[in-house]
Amino acid sequence: MAEATVATKTVKFIITRQDTPESQPYNEEFEIPYRANMNVISALMEIQRNPKKSDGASTAPVCWESNCLEEVCGACSMVINGKPRQACSALIDKLEQPVKLEPMRTFPVVRDLVINRERMFGALKRVKAWIPIDGTYDLGPGPRMAETKRQWAYELSKCMTCGVCLEACPNVNDRNSFIGPAAISQVRLFNAHPTGEMNKEERLDALMTDGGIEGCGNSQNCVRSCPKGIPLTTSIAAINKDTTKHLFKKWLGV
Amino acid sequence: MKGNSYFSRKLHSLLGIIPLGMFIVVHGLTNYQAFERGPEGFGKGVTFINSMPVLPLLEIFGIYLPLLFHGIYGLYVAYQSNSNTGRFKYGRNWAFTAQRVTGVITFVFVFWHVYQTRIQVYLGKVTHEELGSLMHDIATNPVMFVLYTIGVLAAVFHFSNGIWAFLISWGITIGPKAQRISSYICMGIFVVVSALFILSLVAFTGDEFKEAASAALAFTNIG
Repeated sequence: MAEATVATKTVKFIITRQDTPESQPYNEEFEIPYRANMNVISALMEIQRNPKKSDGASTAPVCWESNCLEEVCGACSMVINGKPRQACSALIDKLEQPVKLEPMRTFPVVRDLVINRERMFGALKRVKAWIPIDGTYDLGPGPRMAETKRQWAYELSKCMTCGVCLEACPNVNDRNSFIGPAAISQVRLFNAHPTGEMNKEERLDALMTDGGIEGCGNSQNCVRSCPKGIPLTTSIAAINKDTTKHLFKKWLGV
Repeated sequence: MKGNSYFSRKLHSLLGIIPLGMFIVVHGLTNYQAFERGPEGFGKGVTFINSMPVLPLLEIFGIYLPLLFHGIYGLYVAYQSNSNTGRFKYGRNWAFTAQRVTGVITFVFVFWHVYQTRIQVYLGKVTHEELGSLMHDIATNPVMFVLYTIGVLAAVFHFSNGIWAFLISWGITIGPKAQRISSYICMGIFVVVSALFILSLVAFTGDEFKEAASAALAFTNIG
């Protein structure tokens, strides 16, 4: 009896599909059997197992990217019911139906829900979001970090380069070269580190060129959208302060 | 450093406050004399501005050039932005879009307003003493009154919300609490400065500005 009840309950999806990076997107509707505690990834897996549209016609399985399934890797970002977020933590029970799935169009679409987030990794290289410690001899241990500082810096280190903040930002688009909130927050993280701080000017300089921090228009969508709750607008304002100070120091030759 | 968009954007942000923001406040206070003290008060305000030393230089470097840079670069900034208020219905995101929309409205309005007033004085069609009656003619025209109200509210919103963004862009308000408090202060500035302009616009509709103007005209004719 219980099984019969479960079988009749279904979940409806409207998925934006795109066959190649250049081709036109189109929508397809799916209706799959409901299971308890489903998330968007397990629903996509169900479609992959039985790739039939809601009218019964066969179609190519929907492509998506996912990895950790616990909201730490950033791979499964997509636009779910209009909001960019992680598909793995999007529980079907908490979503309005039909569930609309779209790729994050701020990035180049590879196929269906798969996007290319390469620009984010390029941005991390541009701002040198690492701590250089390599040398020809042992430099010994670096300076210690205060525990109070470590606690807020840890929050910034939660960034998983998922791209949700760039998708939410009205200034990340084809007409604008803005680097996006994620990389700016990483500059704050690495500049907060006692060893990373030794190269802080290099990172600030990178943000003071075309498409750097000045691209922020303070819409503050990023901080409202970040799945990890990173205080992105605080990071941007803090780096605004640091770049302003750096600008005047350079002018005055300090 | 020069020639990159970081520098241009910083200059754009600075000019919005100094001198343009300061100018809009002074302009509002001068106009408000029309409401508080009538035609004589407004006339004194105009005379005071015209008695400032090196006035043409102040106008060119303090108003026209900053206005042109802020306005034209601002149009480019607006062009570079998307509006996604449909997907992200947050107050700050609405303000982001409104900042760009009001910027474009202000750009058009300011050009029109300068043409209607300052340019007419340059062309010799109106004297400084007749500005009160010119404003009376504009304010008593219902279409112009509505357009001026829209223009003034757009300009003042752009200024007030611009202060909020300026404080972030220069790293003065950093945390969410500081930004929230500054947004309340900026809302207060919007209300007060808007009131200055709207009240003076209402004052200009009064008949005393018509009479004062003809008196001033008679005076200049005799002189």
